Amino acid sequence: MNKEQFLSELRNALAGLPQEDVEERVAFYGEMIDDRMEEGLSEAEAVNGLGPVDEIVSQTLAGIPISRLVKEEMSKKGSLKAWEIVLLVIGFPLWFPLLIAAAAIVFSLYITLWSLVLALWAIELALWVSAGVLLAEALLNFVKGLPFAGLALLGASLLSAGLSIFLFFGCVAASKGMVKLAEKVLLWIKSRFIRKENGK
Amino acid sequence: MDIQLKRGLLDVCVLAAIKNEDSYGYKIIKDLKPYIELSESTLYTILKRLETAKMLTVRSAEHEGRLRKYYRVTQAGLKRIEEFKTEWKEVISVYQFVIKEDLHE
Repeated sequence: MNKEQFLSELRNALAGLPQEDVEERVAFYGEMIDDRMEEGLSEAEAVNGLGPVDEIVSQTLAGIPISRLVKEEMSKKGSLKAWEIVLLVIGFPLWFPLLIAAAAIVFSLYITLWSLVLALWAIELALWVSAGVLLAEALLNFVKGLPFAGLALLGASLLSAGLSIFLFFGCVAASKGMVKLAEKVLLWIKSRFIRKENGK
Repeated sequence: MDIQLKRGLLDVCVLAAIKNEDSYGYKIIKDLKPYIELSESTLYTILKRLETAKMLTVRSAEHEGRLRKYYRVTQAGLKRIEEFKTEWKEVISVYQFVIKEDLHE
């Protein structure tokens, strides 16, 4: 692949994103290729060293806040035709509640997932507290001269503590997983803003 | 390496690379190569982040009949480097302690 091909492929892959960001990226990679060639690399070597276009695309997306993407999309729409405005106004009682409902569903799904994570942490906390209380109770029984009851309570306390240690790793993994998932979803939403004109 | 730690380190590396004289993308990568491997797209993200944080400024200048972007460190950028130095003195003393404990075992 030569420089022109690489840059036009990159530009196509980023089409639909804010123009400024696209041009800045393209200029940056163009400069990199030129500088590499000045060092004595061949054009093909200079281009290959930059890595696949896909990777540049996902890094670019991660770097642009979603609010900017939405704003760009809105401004691209331009002015609405008269009948579109009429339809929007007449249809308001229909589309507005639907929009709210859709947003509410997405939001509630998100909340539900986090609630699960929160519930796990709550169980974790409960196990710790019960381990502590059982231990205190066990000691109390020993002091009162009830060694068997004390021993049973001590066992229960240890069991509780053991389970909580186990669960702790699960909790951490679940929290990390949620954060990762949220990032992935955000990246996916952002990638929807890229026009797939090269595919069509 | 931990991703947050690496991000912080790379920021300071890039600032240090432009500390003494203005530099451009390819040169930064080349200068850092003996110390840390940096891909072009990573560098772009870092430069953007540092520019937003006002730790560096960008200007375009002509070079061999084309435009090249040069990056210059700002006061805030220099301050970041100094902060890094003090932070890492602490890290190193913790590291020494950890090493010492290992020897005792």
